[in-house]
Order: sequence, then C-alpha cells, then structure tokens
Amino acid sequence: MTRLTFTGLKTRPGQVWGGIRLVPLVRPEPIESLRLHPAARDSIVYEKMRGCWYAPHGLIAEWTGDGTAVPAYGSALQMAANTVRRSRKPPTKLGRRTRVRFVPHRVALESYLPLTFMSPEIAWPAWRPEAFRRGLPNAETPRRTGEDMTGLREALRVFEIYPGQCGVLVYTADALAGVLVTPHPDDYRALHATLIEDHYSELIYRYALTHRAVGEFEARIDESSVTTVEELRARVATAEAEWAAFHDATMAAGLIGAASRFHEQYRMGEYALHGFRPTDLMRPEGHVGEAITHEDGTLAYLRSYRLSETQLRRARLLDALAEHQWHLEATAASLRLEPGALAARIHQAGFGELLQQHIVDHYRAVQAY
Amino acid sequence: MDTAADRVAAEDTLLFVNAAITSTGQREFHSGDGLQQWSIEFLHEYMRVNYRDLYAATLALGVNDFNAAAIIAALLHSGREATAAQREREGRLIRVTLRRMAPQRVYRLFTALQREGVNNRRTRAVMREWLRGREHLAFEAVKYRAGFKRAVRHAHLAVDGFGGSEGAELERFLFAPMSVGRYATPLFETWRRAHFDRSAVFELPYTVAEGLAAKHRITRAEFLKRIEPRLTRGERLRLQRSALRTGAGIAADEADLGRMPLTRLAAYVLALPVPEREERRSELTGALRGAAARVAGDRAGTWGPVASVLDDSYSSSGSDEKRRRPLVVALAVHFLLESLSGDYRPHWLSEREDALTVVPRGVTALGQGLLDGLEARPELVVVVSDGWDNAPAGMAAEVLRVWRERLDPDGATTVVHLNPVFDAAGLQVRSFDAATPTAGIRDAEDLPELVAFARFAAGRAGLDELRSHIDARVERRLAEEDA
Repeated sequence: MTRLTFTGLKTRPGQVWGGIRLVPLVRPEPIESLRLHPAARDSIVYEKMRGCWYAPHGLIAEWTGDGTAVPAYGSALQMAANTVRRSRKPPTKLGRRTRVRFVPHRVALESYLPLTFMSPEIAWPAWRPEAFRRGLPNAETPRRTGEDMTGLREALRVFEIYPGQCGVLVYTADALAGVLVTPHPDDYRALHATLIEDHYSELIYRYALTHRAVGEFEARIDESSVTTVEELRARVATAEAEWAAFHDATMAAGLIGAASRFHEQYRMGEYALHGFRPTDLMRPEGHVGEAITHEDGTLAYLRSYRLSETQLRRARLLDALAEHQWHLEATAASLRLEPGALAARIHQAGFGELLQQHIVDHYRAVQAY
Repeated sequence: MDTAADRVAAEDTLLFVNAAITSTGQREFHSGDGLQQWSIEFLHEYMRVNYRDLYAATLALGVNDFNAAAIIAALLHSGREATAAQREREGRLIRVTLRRMAPQRVYRLFTALQREGVNNRRTRAVMREWLRGREHLAFEAVKYRAGFKRAVRHAHLAVDGFGGSEGAELERFLFAPMSVGRYATPLFETWRRAHFDRSAVFELPYTVAEGLAAKHRITRAEFLKRIEPRLTRGERLRLQRSALRTGAGIAADEADLGRMPLTRLAAYVLALPVPEREERRSELTGALRGAAARVAGDRAGTWGPVASVLDDSYSSSGSDEKRRRPLVVALAVHFLLESLSGDYRPHWLSEREDALTVVPRGVTALGQGLLDGLEARPELVVVVSDGWDNAPAGMAAEVLRVWRERLDPDGATTVVHLNPVFDAAGLQVRSFDAATPTAGIRDAEDLPELVAFARFAAGRAGLDELRSHIDARVERRLAEEDA
C-alpha cells in the first residue's frame, strides 16, 4: 500500500458552520465483520458476534487481571481469543469488563510522530551522549484538542448525520484537519461526538481562530435542455457527483492522493492495521494516522492527524539527519547550508540539547564573526 | 406610487411579523437564547421607533404571546411618543390581546412592567381593567398569588372595590393572609387550612398544592394519586409519564385528546416513544385527524391538489427549551393539509411514508424533497422547514429556479415556505430561496392565513396593499372582541 483511497465510501455534500466544514462519507454497504468494540460504547450489552472488533485509541484503556494499567498504544484490533487458532491468549471473558473510556489521542500521536526519528548509530563527537541513550527530546508544540478549536463544538453539534454515514472529513478554513472513518453507521454515531476530544495541530488551531467563515459551495444546475422533472432530477444528481469529484480530487488531495509510507502494525483475520505518515516531507500538507483495511482494499477504519508546519519542518530535519547517519557536515551539505546554520536550525526545532554545548558555541562564534 | 421607503416599510413589517410569530427568546437548534433575545429585542425597538402604528397592529396578526407581551410592554413604556389617536387604537388592541392571553402570561407581563418601573396612568388603567374583568378572581388570587399581589400593589388597586363575595376578603388574603381566622370565600379558606391540614392540600389547584405538599412531606406517589381530580387537561397529559415512574397512575382520558388543539396534540404525540405511538396508532391518528378537521371547519376538502415537503431532519429536534418544535409544526401541518385538500401528497425529507412514527434524524435535502413534491405538478407546495438546506446547500433554490424557468413558466404551481424557527443571527426567518415567499409559523392552525399572507413576503404586494390587509385584520379582531 502506498496511497490511501476511500474505497467503498462515497463523498456527500459538506455542511458548513462558521469556519468549519464537515464533509460526510457514506458507505452504501456497511461492514459487519469489523465493529467498534462493544466496551467502547456506553451500553454494556455484549452481542454474541463473531468477527473482528476494533477499539479506537481515543476511547479505550485496557487493564490486566492483576490491576496493572495498560493504556492502548495506538488502536488495538481484537477478536475473542478462542476464535484464533493456536492463540496463546487465554479465552476472553467478555462479561468481565477490563476496558473503560479513556481519552489519550495524545498517546497515539506520540506513537507515530517520532517515527521519523532513527537515533544516531555512529557516535559523532558533535552529539551529546544523551542523544544515543534517551532518544528524541520532547519538543512538542502546545497540544490543541477539539475543545480549543473555535467553533468545532458548535459545528459538531449542529451537524446532521447522513443516513448510512460512516465517516467525516473535518476542514477548518478549508484545510483538512482530520478524518474519521468507521466500518458501520452505528459506530460513527457513537464516535461522532468524540471528534471534540481529538487533537489537532497548532496550524489547524490557528486557522480555526482566524478564519471565522468559509463559503458554501452553492450548487449550480445547467438548466438548458431540461424539459421534464426526471431530467432535472438527473441534473441534480450530476451536480452532486461533480461536487464529490471536486472534493476528492482537490480538497482532500493532501490525504487521498498523496503518497504515504505504511507500516503494518497488526493483522487479525482479514483486516490489517496500518500506521501511515507522509513520504514526501517537502509537500506543504502532511497527515499521519492509522487505518484498518480489508484484504480487498476496502478502507474500514481511519483516523488521521494533520501535521503542523513546525512538525513537518522537524520531520524534514530528522529525515535529513537520518539519511546522512547524523553527520553534521554531510547533512548540512545536502541541505545546502553552512554547518552553523544547520546547528541553529536544530536548536530552533527544539533539539538543541542533543548537540554538545561547545559545538553550538563554536558555530555561534563563527557566525557572529 | 410605490416608493423605496414604502417597499422598505413593507419588508420591515413582514420581517418583524415573521420574527414575532416564531421567536420566543428561547434557545433554538442553531442559536442560543442570548442571541435570540438580543435579536428580537432589537427588532421590537426598531419597529416601535420607526412604524409605531404598524407595530401596534401586529398584535392582531397572530404574533405569539411572548412577543405580544413584549409589544404591549413597549407600547405602555413609550406612550409619550404616540399621538392621541394612536393611543386610543393601541388601548383597544392591548385590551383585546390581554383578554385572549393565558392568565399566567399576563401576570408575567405585569411583573415585567413592575420590574422596569413602568407605572404611568395608562399602565395602571390597563391592569385595573384587566383584573376587573376576571371571572374567577378568588381562584386566580390563589393560583397566581405572587403575580396577582404584585399587580395589585403596582397599580395601586383598591381590591375591596372589586365586587363579589371575595372582593371584600381579597386585600386581607393578599397582604395579611394569616392575621384573622377564617375566610368566608371557600377557596381562600381551603388555602388557609392547607397550611396546617394535610387533607386540604388536595382541594387546591395542582401548582399551589405542589408546594404545600412538600411542606407536609407528602410523597409524590400519594400526592399525584389524590390530586388527580384537580388536574387541568394540560397538567394531566404532562404528568402521565412521570406519574408512571413514581408508581401512581394518571388515567389518560381519551376525550382529553379529542379536545386538544392540533399543534398541542402533535407535540404530545411526538413526545411519546415510537413503540407507544405504534401501539396507540388508531387512537392518536383519530385524535390528530379530529383536531385537524375542527381547524379546517367548512374549508375541509375545498383545496385543490396540494403537496407538502416536511422537514424531519436532525435540526427539527429543536432545542431543550423548544423540544421538537419544528417537527411538531410539520406533523400538525401534515394533518391539517390532509384535511383541507382532497388530493394531498406528503413528502418527508427522510422519505418515510408513515407520519405518526416520524423522528428527527438525517440531513435537510430540500432539493430532493422539492423535486418529489413538484413531480405531480400540484397547485400548491407547502414547505415546512427551518430553511437550513444543506445537502447540498442551495440545491433547493436551484431546483426552484430551473422549475420556474423551464418547467413551469406560467407559474401554475405556487410554492410557499413556512418556517417555524427564527434565525437570530440573520434577524429573520431563514429562507432557502429568495424568490419563494417565506412566512413564520407558530401553530399549524394559522396555516390558511399564512399561505394567503405569504404572497406579501414574495414582494409582489406593496405597502398599501399590506397596510389595508393589516387594517382589515385589526378591524376584524377588534370587532370580534367588542361583539
């Protein structure tokens, strides 16, 4: 897999509220064999259902019998264990509740944001020993949840869910902020409100703050040669299809069209859970997230996060460093920079503490001179 | 003849009437109560200052009680700005409006006047005259004691001059109720006894008894069981469900349903869970048809082919203050049109066939709905919707534009949009298409007048025509009352 496609999903006209546009995705045939884990919903009615369940990271914490907490790291795919042959897990006791609602989209983000980080293999003298031992320092920008996003709460409240809707694309100021796709309309209904608990990047937060209104895409019908109601009906359908095509090809192009690196995290039955991140970091728009796909390519579940400019810049920097085995001069040369400028850039990206202090001071002195 | 100023005046008046029919200053699906109140207050002030006589005349145009009270308060507040002739007409309009208004709302209006310190001679006269005209003075003094007392005190009323046996005791009852032993008026005496005698509580009106029951620590179940004979029709229906929870059954009276007004009945039906609606299908449908037939009267079956496009999208669930109000109006309109027209086709946006089990869900695809409605080429298409056409936005306007240009150039079909929701941010009822007349609607009972009125909203009629229409309705209202 190299690209995300919305196979099995149809784009419907979006609904605008202030600066937020929510574009629904409708599934003509809902997927029954993969469902939201019943424990993630409010009801504790455990249906006797065979097949796969998924438990979105944003909602589930799982703990073991002896009371130690195990926060879900990314989404977890689960099947009743005794349905998997030669499973070493003990048979799942569904009645005994070991999962509760939990909020850390953050935990999941941390699982895929530093994926670009490959710690230095060669101990160049420029780097402090902590760089090899401890890994990436925490240089996160302030985290913004949906609550901080201007107008998102209202937009989600007044949004009218389509019949058969299985997903939504969230836009602020017409920039794609995130996507949620579920296998079944009931799952979507259960998860719709949780979009407010998701995290959004600083960029999206600022867009929401500064752009308080986006335009509606007003439908236009070509009225020439319409002579019957049936023809008019066909024109209406055409107009809607045109809008959907425009949306998929233009508005969501940063996610759907763009090449992404997928890594398979989990496989269960006919479904596989992938994490993905952008291949081309030079593009202005990058999305990371998780997707569950069926063997036949149908997209069953997707949750994505739009990287901010800062995060992209950081990823670019780490990518370049990893490519040159963390050799400062070689990396600087590949970026067509002076080593001093690269050091300054590393410092600015929040990774300054990885460099030896005397190296930093040296380059500062050289530059000042 | 028709100057720009006239057109603006006509537009403003229509805008205000539509707003005053729909808005109640409460939360709606799309806007909060703060915005609603700010918006409607602005419109009131704008109208009062610019078109005072039209502003007063809107009292006769079916504005809701909330706005009628606001208009009366504003008129009484600013009597100085009016000429003598205006004051005379306003006085008559205020009198007939108060007479039609539910008493609790009138007392609330009086309280508002007191709070704002409006205490001119005209205000006092209005209050005195209204209170003098009350039939069951003792009953109201007990049931609305606080409001009644405030009104009497504010208007400096000499209540002992109110006549009747209770008149003599009224002053004591209001201002020194427990000072001297027994009352001769039975209700006053019951009220006095209920303060220490448990059994007397159940002879009082429900709302009064509720407070005293708490004082006597009467359990809810026992209270409901014993107060049941004293319940009014509205209270009985409202309490049925909560009474079941506490274990006391309040019998549903089928005759009650049969006497309820159409829109109230529709609200009651939609408050029931869907399985119960299915169970009581014939009873509920019968009651709704009966109520619709009473509204239609001798107009039943006289209308030509009619189609309706009824909005049951998620936004028709209203707000927690106006629960399902837009859907309630749509359901009531459905039954009324069924009764008015011999050839009626309903089209719910969710494409359901069965009106009784309607639930607010899904998107507002007005374009599709209109296509379905127009297909059979009826004479009249009535759209009941909050006007938030969103699947996709603007499709309804496009469909209507192409319909008018290509399919129905002679205008054989009239499309009317009735909107039960005041859009506070837009300062008017929201319209999905500029060329379609939009009118605010509060109760489905007003539908025939509104359909006639809606042609003004299309901008086809000028101010003169509008003025004469309004004058005619004012005269009719005044004549009705004086008779």
